[in-house]
Amino acid sequence: MEVLSPHSLDEALRLKSEHPDALPIQGGTDVMVAFNFDRSRPEVVLNLNEVPELTGWSRSNGELRLGAGLTYADAMRAELASLVPALAEASRTVGSPQIRNRGTIGGNLGTSSPAGDALPPLAIESAEVECVSVRGVRRVPLLEFVTGVKRNVLAGDELIAAVCLQPSHAPQTFMKIGPRNAMVIAVVSLAVSVGDELRASFGSAAPRPVLVTAPRSDAGTFAEAVAAAAAPIDDVRGTSRYRVHALRVLTERALDRLAA
Amino acid sequence: MRISIRVNQADHEADCWEGESLLYALREKLGFPGSKNACEQGECGSCSVLLDGTLVCACLVLAAQADGHDVTTVEGLGDGDDLHRVQQAFVDAGAVQCGFCTPGLVMATVDLLAHSAAPSDDEIREALSGNLCRCTGYAKIFDAVRAAAEAR
Repeated sequence: MEVLSPHSLDEALRLKSEHPDALPIQGGTDVMVAFNFDRSRPEVVLNLNEVPELTGWSRSNGELRLGAGLTYADAMRAELASLVPALAEASRTVGSPQIRNRGTIGGNLGTSSPAGDALPPLAIESAEVECVSVRGVRRVPLLEFVTGVKRNVLAGDELIAAVCLQPSHAPQTFMKIGPRNAMVIAVVSLAVSVGDELRASFGSAAPRPVLVTAPRSDAGTFAEAVAAAAAPIDDVRGTSRYRVHALRVLTERALDRLAA
Repeated sequence: MRISIRVNQADHEADCWEGESLLYALREKLGFPGSKNACEQGECGSCSVLLDGTLVCACLVLAAQADGHDVTTVEGLGDGDDLHRVQQAFVDAGAVQCGFCTPGLVMATVDLLAHSAAPSDDEIREALSGNLCRCTGYAKIFDAVRAAAEAR
C-alpha cells in the first residue's frame, strides 16, 4: 500500500490520473472501517486532507458550492444551516460529534451508499456533483451521479470537487429512523420540502436516490406517492414492509411539520 | 513510511505501515496506550483524541493523515499526579468502573467544556453520544461532567 498526500487540487488530479485505481480518503469514517476490518487493501490511497481547494463553501450568483471536504460539523453551523436547513438537520443525525467532525459530504457522495444521510436533502435541492479530472470539469445531477448501491459515474481519473445547488429557500425538513438517536445507520430517512411543489427523497429504501415531486394540491396523496416510489430490501436493520410503512408515516409527519 | 506527529506538545516520529490507523500508531509505535482500542469502527469513542484541536476517533484517522499534525491524547491532559479537572471530576464522582471507556469520555468532556462552559443535560448527552460505557449507566458520568463544568 502507498499513501499519496497531494497539497493542491492540481497535484491531486495529476496523481489520480496516474493512479486511476487509487482510493480517495477524506474523513476516513467509511474507508478506515474497511481497512481496520481487512475488507479493503487498495494499492494506492489518495489522502485529500491536505488539498485546500476541497474545504469550505462559497456562494456566487445565488449558487451554493459545498466543497467535497465540507464536514457534517461544518454543515450544521448556522450560516450554512439557514441556506440548506434539511442538510443541516441530516448532518446532526450523522454518527456522533467525533464522526461529524471528520465525515464529509464529498465522502458521503463518493461512498454512494443508499443510507447516505446527505443524499436525500441534496436531492430535494436538485444538487449537482462537480467531478474534476485533468481533462476538465463536468457537473452531474445527483440523481444521475449515483448509479446503484455504492456505485457512481466517477471515472478512474476523476475526483469529487464539490456539490452545487441553488438554495430553494423552501421550507424543508429531514427525518431518520433508527434504534437510537446517535450512531445510527438509517433504517429509513426522508427529506421533504414544500415550495412551488412538494418534493421528497429518501434513504435506505432504494438502491439509488429518487426524487418524488407533486403539485402542492396533492398533499393528501403525497405520502402514498413517496411510499410507492420506494424499492427497499429486507436486511439486518429492517424489513422492506416496515420501511415502506415508515416512509408513509414520516412523509405525513414531515408535511405536518412544514404545515403544508 | 515515516511520519512526524506532534503528540502532547512533543515531536515524535514513527515508522508506520501505510494502512494503519492513528490509534495503532499512538498505542503501538509511539507509547501512548491511553487511547483505547475497542470497536475500530468509530462506534465506541474509546479512542477519542484531539487532532489539531478537533475531537476525532483515532481509529478512523489514517496514521499517514496525521503526518505533520498535532494530537492531544488523554496522557497530555494532566501533569503526573496533578490531574486535569475533568479527570479529577471523574475520580471524585466515581464515574469509572472498568475504566476502559474513561479516556475517551474524558477527551469528549474536555472538548465539550472547551466549547460550552456550562452545558445543559441535553448538550452533555449529545456531546457524549459517541462514547459507549457498558458499566456505569452514565449517571455518574453526567455528575462528573457537571462537576467539571462547575470546577472551572
